[in-house]
Amino acid sequence: MRSPLAFTFAFALVISPALLACGDNIEGDDGTDDDGADDGSDDGGDDAPSDACGDIEGTCIELSPGDDDQGALQTALIQAQPGDVILLRAGTYSFTGGLSLDVAGVTLRGEGEAETVLSFAGQTEGAEGLLVTADDFTCEELAVEDTVGDAIKVVGADNVVFRGVRTEWTGEASDENGAYGIYPVQCSDVLIEDSIVRGASDAGIYVGQSMRAVVRRNTVEGNVAGIEIENTNGADVYENTATGNTGGILVFNLPGLELANGVGTRVYDNEIFENNGENFAAPGTTVSQVPPGTGLIALAAHEVEVFNNTFSNNQTAQIGIISYQITLTAFDDEDYIPFPDTLFFHDNTFEGGGDNPSGLLGSLVLGPVSEGLGLDAVPDIVIDGNYDPEKVGKDGELTAEFAICLADNEGADFMSLGFSCTADPEACMAVLLNDLVPTQDTTPHDCTHEPLEPVVLDGVDL
Amino acid sequence: LSLTRAAAGLLAALLLGAPACGGDDGGGDGGDDGGGDDSDDMVDAGQPDAAPVDVCNPGAGEQVSFDPAAEPCQLLSSYRFFTDGAAQAPNQGVVPYDLNSPLFSDYAGKHRFVWLPPGETMTYSATGVFEMPVGSVIIKTFSYLDDLRPGEATSERLVETRLLVHRADGWEGHAYVWNDEQTEAELRIAGARVPVQWVHTDGEPRQLDYIVPNVNQCKGCHEADEVVTPIGIQARHLNRDFDAGGGPANQLVSLTELGYLTGAPADPAEAPRAPVWDDPDSGTVDQRARAWLDINCAHCHSPVGPARTSGLDLTIEQMVPAEYGVCKAPIAAGPGTGGRAYSIVPGAPDESIMMFRLESVEPEIRMPELLRQLVHDESLVLLREWIGAMKGECGAPE
Repeated sequence: MRSPLAFTFAFALVISPALLACGDNIEGDDGTDDDGADDGSDDGGDDAPSDACGDIEGTCIELSPGDDDQGALQTALIQAQPGDVILLRAGTYSFTGGLSLDVAGVTLRGEGEAETVLSFAGQTEGAEGLLVTADDFTCEELAVEDTVGDAIKVVGADNVVFRGVRTEWTGEASDENGAYGIYPVQCSDVLIEDSIVRGASDAGIYVGQSMRAVVRRNTVEGNVAGIEIENTNGADVYENTATGNTGGILVFNLPGLELANGVGTRVYDNEIFENNGENFAAPGTTVSQVPPGTGLIALAAHEVEVFNNTFSNNQTAQIGIISYQITLTAFDDEDYIPFPDTLFFHDNTFEGGGDNPSGLLGSLVLGPVSEGLGLDAVPDIVIDGNYDPEKVGKDGELTAEFAICLADNEGADFMSLGFSCTADPEACMAVLLNDLVPTQDTTPHDCTHEPLEPVVLDGVDL
Repeated sequence: LSLTRAAAGLLAALLLGAPACGGDDGGGDGGDDGGGDDSDDMVDAGQPDAAPVDVCNPGAGEQVSFDPAAEPCQLLSSYRFFTDGAAQAPNQGVVPYDLNSPLFSDYAGKHRFVWLPPGETMTYSATGVFEMPVGSVIIKTFSYLDDLRPGEATSERLVETRLLVHRADGWEGHAYVWNDEQTEAELRIAGARVPVQWVHTDGEPRQLDYIVPNVNQCKGCHEADEVVTPIGIQARHLNRDFDAGGGPANQLVSLTELGYLTGAPADPAEAPRAPVWDDPDSGTVDQRARAWLDINCAHCHSPVGPARTSGLDLTIEQMVPAEYGVCKAPIAAGPGTGGRAYSIVPGAPDESIMMFRLESVEPEIRMPELLRQLVHDESLVLLREWIGAMKGECGAPE
């Protein structure tokens, strides 16, 4: 038990993303048989640019699969100008190395996640499939498959849109799979919608160290973590389906980062069920500690509202609310608050779950905890009970301002582990083994908070 | 081999006095720069209004032909940075230099040069990159000797020459790939792969598909605060002797004498100096390990570099152990952890993520991410010793 319990979230199956947005335009340019290169600017001449991209500010650069997809697409990505659309015609493109984009205002568009496939099965170089380091990036209607590392990583960009994208590792679940599917980090104003992520060995959709993100109507399936919101200010996660992951949805704050204590995540109207997949994350990662069967975890989270979700048949715990100390991982970060506070879980519905627990939580509940409480299953909502000493009253519970509130959660039962530890991992391990004070008393959590404001993206239309 | 070339270049530069070379970058002021060449004459004679000369077709003349406002030339030879490209013999004003501890690049050799516009100079600073004028070009050629054992090499294969050019709106990188005949190098903005082979230091043959970076990948190393910037042109990297033919001389001194550097202390002992990672006389194990990490990793792993998202700061100035990896848990390493809990576990290199990633050749695991395919065995010995000697523990149970 070296490290963290992390958790994720997964989704269900069936979204067939709205792929055909490009369809209307395609017939306009019957395009002769463009079999290979960026003849977009040629066909039709300067006076009659291809209208295959629709009404756009810049140039429509069309590509089709050819002998040198690597060179053709990378060249297009380098030579693109702001406002340009790179249209990847249907087909499978093969790459041996990572691609990168550093021009602002570029749209990378396919003809549907089932039709336009960027395959990295032959990749021998590059830590991700596509690395984007420029603002105003839109990626839509295409699939990225079998990258050696992350599928699509966007670093330090403002206004980022993923729409109708699929990233997938097509083989068996394996720690050889790349870590992240759709991966914006240190970005602002991010929209991820109608997309599908399967097979990520860490998080399928991962929004990290960012400001203002909307993650909606996606399907995350068979990842270790379905959706992870990490050290981020302002995220709305809604109408997603998370299933078959090790953990469905994670809201985390981790130490050692510039944005130390992310606040303001709303998770609502999601279907979070049967996230009982094996944990195939690389050992040593935070998510490798997520027990299979986890619906949602809030780790050292602040100002989070979780409502109107359906949690069903997540076998270890439907919801876990934990401090960083319980991950038994050392940290040295004075600015970081390792304890959860100011959380509001309400109007969620629960079915099944907790009946086949595994991991640290499973062994605790079946061991020392059950001796006290006589449980044979893990309750739906589990709090580790480790609170910020600066935010508790004389009774040891969080004060009203910082409380973890539970209200109107249909069918939910509850437990606090009564864990209390602010010290190093070794001491916390001893507390976990010997000094838990578990309770099922919900009184300290019978409260409400004001609803959080919806996230408004600056520069991206919803 | 390279010393001889470098010496010739520096000698030439000293004798001719680079800043005084004056002239323009290829004519255009009246056609009196040599003439005799058809294309040149056509440009000048045919257009009395002196339309801008195409710097990439400079015609006759011997001066370097470089215009920071122009688009990059397709052929490296157009710039005339070398009097003999295959021999890497620099033109006048193109000054060779070397670094205390270089970036490891899959055992490629490197020829480094700097060119400044006539009359211009770099401004010294004790920390950070020297201020360099618009129009400066940093030139680095990557090559493979056919045999890396001392004294055994009989030939050298040039692979690519990278230019880092200072345009009015910032620095920009361009890679030129040498042809098999070694007669010309051509611009490749999307990068390339070049098969190379050599006899390694252990006498074993090695081969590699050498990766030439694309324009974006240049930024993977050369970006700080989202602005492209040079790396090596810093006091602590340059503060060392370099033999320009007249015996070893300190580079800060010789660059100053050349007019290429102003503001440096007269006595180089007063300037900072990075250790040479593989020279035990140049620093302690700790100093040399940190110097190696600085030049190999800190271009990304700094608070303003592309790997700032990891929270790991490997700049040589960072003095807080948790910031440079000691007992630091990974953020988004994925399989890069190798099952290990912390970047550095004191006393335990084999439990440290840093060693795992430096020892790996898998693209999603290896560090540095870009342009390293081989393991730098020699530096791992140093880093292993460094971590092995650290005291303390991370408090991890188990």
